[in-house]
Formats: sequence, C-alpha cells, structure tokens
Amino acid sequence: MQGIGITIKVLIGSIILGYLMAFIAGFSRLSRNPILKYLTVFYVEIFRGTSLIVQLFWLYYAMPILFGIDIGSDYWAGVLAIALNYGAYMSEIVRGSILSVAKGQKEAATALNMSRFQQMRLVIFPQAVRMMLPEFGNYLIQMLKATSLVSLIGMTDILYYGDILRSNNLSQAPTVYLLVLVFYFIMALPLIGMTKRMEKASKKGVASQ
Amino acid sequence: MNNWKWDVFFEAFPIVAAGLGITLGLTIATYLFALLFGFVWTFINRIPLKPVKWLLTWIMEFIRSTPPLVQLFFIFYAWPMVPVVGFALDPFTSAIIGLGIHFSTYIGEVYRSGIEAVDNGQWEAARALNFSTRQKWTKIILPQAIPPTIPMLGNYLIIMFKEIPLASTIGVAGILNLANSYGAANFRYLEALTIVALLFLVLSYPSAILINKLERRMNRRFIKGEPTGSKPVEKEKGAVSQQ
Repeated sequence: MQGIGITIKVLIGSIILGYLMAFIAGFSRLSRNPILKYLTVFYVEIFRGTSLIVQLFWLYYAMPILFGIDIGSDYWAGVLAIALNYGAYMSEIVRGSILSVAKGQKEAATALNMSRFQQMRLVIFPQAVRMMLPEFGNYLIQMLKATSLVSLIGMTDILYYGDILRSNNLSQAPTVYLLVLVFYFIMALPLIGMTKRMEKASKKGVASQ
Repeated sequence: MNNWKWDVFFEAFPIVAAGLGITLGLTIATYLFALLFGFVWTFINRIPLKPVKWLLTWIMEFIRSTPPLVQLFFIFYAWPMVPVVGFALDPFTSAIIGLGIHFSTYIGEVYRSGIEAVDNGQWEAARALNFSTRQKWTKIILPQAIPPTIPMLGNYLIIMFKEIPLASTIGVAGILNLANSYGAANFRYLEALTIVALLFLVLSYPSAILINKLERRMNRRFIKGEPTGSKPVEKEKGAVSQQ
C-alpha cells in the first residue's frame, strides 16, 4: 500500500487550494465590482453544475488540446479539479456566513468610522469564520473521498495499487478492496474528529439561538 | 482555441447523447433504491438496543467516509469472489447497489431529522387515541415527517445525478463512458468531454433552481404558519449542502 503517500499529497494540495479558492470566490461574489461578481457566479455555477469526474477528465484530456497548455502533471490536474470543484461549493458557505452576520454589527462598525476593509477584517470576518467551520469540516471528508478519483487519470494512489493487486490475484478481490476501504476510513477518522471539534468550537460562547 | 472543431462536436453529439437515457435511468433507479434503503437505516436505528445503535453508527460512518468509487469497485469486482454469499452482478445493478447504499446513509439521516422534528405531542396523541404501531407511523408520524424533508431529498437527487458518471468506470454505457470511448477511438477528447459537461450543466442547473424554489415554498408552509406544531427540520448531520 505505497499509494497512501500520493493520496495524502493530493488531499493536502486540494485542501489548501480548495480553501483558498473558496475564500477568493466567496469574497469576489460579494464584491461591488460587477465584472468580478458575475465572473465568480459563472465559475461557481459551472463547477457546481457538472460532476467532479467530468471536470477531472476535462482538465486532464480536453484542456491540453483546447489551449495547447499542459497542466504539467496528473498531480496538478487532480488537485486543480478537486480544488476548483470544492472551492466552488465552499465559496457559497463563505458567502452565506458573511451575509448572515447580524446587520447591527456592520452598522456598528460604520458608526465607529471603520473603512470597508477594516469592517470586514476586524468585525464581520471573525464572526463569519466560526459559522463556516462545521461545514468546512464536512467538506474535508468529501475531499478525501474525492481523491480516490485521481486513480482514474493514472495516478498511483491507494486505489490504483488496490486495482493492480486485484488484477494479479482475482480471488483476493474482497480482501484487497476491504483493505482499501479500511485505509480510507483510517484516514477519515482524524478528519471526523476534527469536524466534531470544529463544530464545538463554533458553538462555544454563542448565546442561545 | 483553434483546436476546437464544430464538425467533430456535431458528429459526437448524437453519439454521446445516446447515453443520456442510461444515465438518467440509472440516476432514478439508484435514487429509488437509496430512498427505500434509507428507511432501513432509520428503522434499525430506532431499535432501543445500545449495541445495535453503536454498531449502526459506525457502519454508517464507515460507508459515508469512504469513497463511493471504491465501494462501487467492491460491489462489482469483489462481491462475486466473496465466499458463500457472493454472486456476479452486471454493471448496471452493481451501480444501483453501490451508489444506492452510499447515498442511502445520507438519506437515512434526512429521514431521521424529519422524524425527530415531529412534535412530541403528536406521539402522545397517537398513544392517547390507542393507535397501533403501524397506524401511528403511517397515519401520524410519517405524513408529517416526510414532506418537510422533500427539498433536502431533492438536493440529494441532484448530488447523486452528478455522482452517477462514476458508474462509467465499471462499464455502464452512460454519457461519460460513451464520450471516453469516442475520444479514444477518434482522438478527440475535447469535444466529447465538453458535450458531457454541457449536458450535465443543462440538466442539473434548472433542477437546482427548481429545488431552491420548492425549498422556499416549503419553508413558508412549514415554518411560518404552524398548523401542526412541528418544529423546523434541523440540518442533518454530515450533509452535503447544495444551495
């Protein structure tokens, strides 16, 4: 099971890029600049409207033909597809959380003569982040599950090695796939624990709802 | 952009779109399977035995946090090799069972949240009126528990629709599968895969809007004017949010 390294590498890459995308897209969607705003809407709707596996194949097979650029490696194709897909989903959470910060907070910040940037940085954002936490945790597990798709574009992750083991020894298939499933579950356990902790953190100190 | 060829696009379109029936059929079959199987989880969960509950929670957590792709491979490649109970399944049935079980764990959670949102008084009333267990469920609890969850169930239909192309990996001839074989045969992946993306967008985006509207209407009906005294459905655990 040498594939774990690749799976974790893809996962970490996707998490970092995915969260980055989520914040960039979430903020641009709230921007006052109409071009930026509608570009973001376009991006989010495209990536939420089609399936991840199609996007992955598109990035891997079609993108190099269309623009003549190679993304470089299957690693980047995989990470980009997962990050762009989940970034689109999570940007909606970012947007939703920022919008759901009570209006009085913004008014108070305006009353204190803060600039728009200061308002966001010092008042709105710290309150919005804790609302995002539980959902972000769920998406961590979703992204872990999504990494299994990269074996389809030829990356040597856990599932890839599992497939090779199976084709070498057909009667071992149940054991092999069960092992693969258990490996994924073991990797998911810390993420599940983290999600629970994030949920708790987001509830801490919040007055009764 | 000069690599894009419209004639290839138009040539490939009917070939790829021919798989639409299979993709949609598989979506609906899997969805129905998941809807039914979701009830199984919910009702096992109501057995008042600690070990059963504990075991079930772990099984559901396991199914939910491992990739559906691997589960699909397990059903398709490994199940026939399992001693005693194993038998071969064709790709279509394996996809229904594999993806259906995966999503039924989410759907079971939706049902649970719906049932828990039914007001306590309703349970007491059912008992006070001397209803049998069956009557209690079919006449009082379920008619109130299920309708508020319809938008959530609709969301899962769309999510599932987008996971269905996974079945192409075990050889179900849906749109993605056909596009891949067209791409391999003619070396034109670009147009074929773009068609697949377009078809998905065209089908899932309007339905997402529809579900959103439904959700708003349901919210008005179930949360504001309160005829039955039911609580708003809490968001289910581990949900994949769509809107």
